[in-house]
Amino acid sequence: MKIAISRLTLAAALTSILGANAALAEVKVGLLLPASGPYAALGKEITDGFMLAIEESGLKDIKVINEDTEAKPPVGLAKARKLVLEDEVDVLSGVVSSGVLGAIRDFVDGSKVPLIVSNAGNDSATGESCSKYITRVSFSNGQVNRPMGQWMYDKGIRKVYALAPDYAAGHEQIDAFKKTFTAAGGQVIGEEYTPFGKTEDFGPFLTNAQAAKPDAVYVFYAGGEAIKFTKQYHSFGLDKSIPLFGSGFLTSSLYVKSEGEAANGVTTSLHYVPTLDTPENKAFTAAFQKKAGHAPSEYAVQGYDAGRLLTEALKAGASGREALAAALPKVKYTGPRGPLEIDPATNNVVQNVYIYKTVQKGEDFTQEILATVPSVKDEPNGCKM
Amino acid sequence: MGDPAFWILQTLNAVQFSLLLFLMSVGLTVIFGLLHFVNLAHGSLYMMGAFVGVSIATTTGSYWIAFALAPVVVMAIGAALYLGLIRRQRRSSPMNQVLITFGLVFIFLDVARIFWGDIALGLEVPAALAGSVHILSVDYPAYRLFTIGLGLIVLIALTYVLDGTGIGAMIRASVENETMAAAIGINAERLFFVIFCIGCALAGLAGVVAAPIFSAATGMGIAMLVPTLIVVVIGGLGSLKGAIAGAFTVGFVETFGAAIIPDFASVLVYVLLAAILIFRPSGLIPARG
Repeated sequence: MKIAISRLTLAAALTSILGANAALAEVKVGLLLPASGPYAALGKEITDGFMLAIEESGLKDIKVINEDTEAKPPVGLAKARKLVLEDEVDVLSGVVSSGVLGAIRDFVDGSKVPLIVSNAGNDSATGESCSKYITRVSFSNGQVNRPMGQWMYDKGIRKVYALAPDYAAGHEQIDAFKKTFTAAGGQVIGEEYTPFGKTEDFGPFLTNAQAAKPDAVYVFYAGGEAIKFTKQYHSFGLDKSIPLFGSGFLTSSLYVKSEGEAANGVTTSLHYVPTLDTPENKAFTAAFQKKAGHAPSEYAVQGYDAGRLLTEALKAGASGREALAAALPKVKYTGPRGPLEIDPATNNVVQNVYIYKTVQKGEDFTQEILATVPSVKDEPNGCKM
Repeated sequence: MGDPAFWILQTLNAVQFSLLLFLMSVGLTVIFGLLHFVNLAHGSLYMMGAFVGVSIATTTGSYWIAFALAPVVVMAIGAALYLGLIRRQRRSSPMNQVLITFGLVFIFLDVARIFWGDIALGLEVPAALAGSVHILSVDYPAYRLFTIGLGLIVLIALTYVLDGTGIGAMIRASVENETMAAAIGINAERLFFVIFCIGCALAGLAGVVAAPIFSAATGMGIAMLVPTLIVVVIGGLGSLKGAIAGAFTVGFVETFGAAIIPDFASVLVYVLLAAILIFRPSGLIPARG
């Protein structure tokens, strides 16, 4: 009797295992995002956006495995290996730091696992070191800054002083602006790159910028440095005489409140603005607010669109690494940030770039859109698919 | 750059940064000189000063209450650390001290992340110090002038206490020769505790004063620890005058380095450190002659 029962349970166990195997047609996603270190807040924001897209899709059989990259290249590579070799994920997504993206690029390309990049903006990832397995849905450093050159020139600005942190993204962002601004006829009369992550006091740099007497200051700073920079720019009273411009990470809605009145009147360009007046963005903003308890930032949208890219590809019938890699760049839809598609020549996103002013209204901040530059697309920059 | 206003502004920047470094390093150097204790968590106490200050200011709506209370709170944290951990480790090897206080750095980092989150918090400059003041023919932010004034007051007060009072004599005696000081009736143990607490309070003060300029961020403690250690080594371990000399040397080199040769700004201070270690290994003004 006892034996019979145990045989029965064994049989039951077996069928359930087989059943589970049948359900293993599920899709495994590895999320490579920082959960600790300086970019932890961005990782959380991107994850929330990504999960929102998965929930909205109605697809039930998607399993998400989170790994903390700590925004450190060696850690990111180890975690990418773990996700691909041990967890055998079908697709990877994430990567905040361009350093981590650089570190995992060859491994991802070699192991033929599709990667949907939801932040890291290094131009080379969809330029000379592009891969058909790497699709970027966030932005490239050049893309968000290029439209500002002509626009600022058209507004009568002729002499600009540029500042950015001294690392790859800082140089790429400023270079892209410089190129279009000087091509339009403007002049960059001075530029300085501040020690990245080590600059607490921007006073000496601000005094240099002031002494150069430019029409405007153009900068790229993000996260904690953006908060410090804008506050110090304001405290020196520079904003009264020299207007501040930059790429939109300077006054991201994620931390604009920490900047307070220092953010008021700063004009920047970015691929997403929370106040976009479209039905897609209104629906997204409401859904994200409900999920995360605060209004979405560009990071949330990048996470959301990474998730959306995946679910759209799955709905189109793709399954398995190779099929997903081929299907991801073909996804095209109008999302929170406007029309979104992937450029087949580089696998980088083609999207609108918005030029907007941050305006303080009491305790809150809103963004006033001044111009929309439609469908900004990167040159192939040496990319051969 | 030929404009005199440029040089006046940069000098004010340098003085302001130097005095902030002084507030940070004086506690660290006196604790080292007296207790022979390497407290790497000193930067974390600075960070706690900033975060506690932001919290108090947002709850009460007044920067000045935060300014008065944050150093007290940080002093209490320091006292708890001393009684619970550091007193026991005073006699252990420097390597143990470094490991323990380095561990504390990470504990404080995560405590700050849990309580205050990953996004840096801004603190508005108090209304009375908003805007600029016209001084020496330039406009300079009033709040930065306030930090210069505060740093000078602390500097003068500490110099007076150390050079002109009985307690100062006891401290100097204990730094010079602890056993002999104990033999003539100085309660070194109690003295150490008081000095440790004051050092922590000064780090907390530096934190709350820096918060409106640098904002409160979890990385600020580590970012500030490195220049502070350089100040202490350049000035001479354990000496107040060394801390003053070191802070002004580092402050001026960093500021004018950034202003004149920005490409080398981050290297200059290390070059200086190396030069000091080679030619004056005990620092500019060593505590013990």
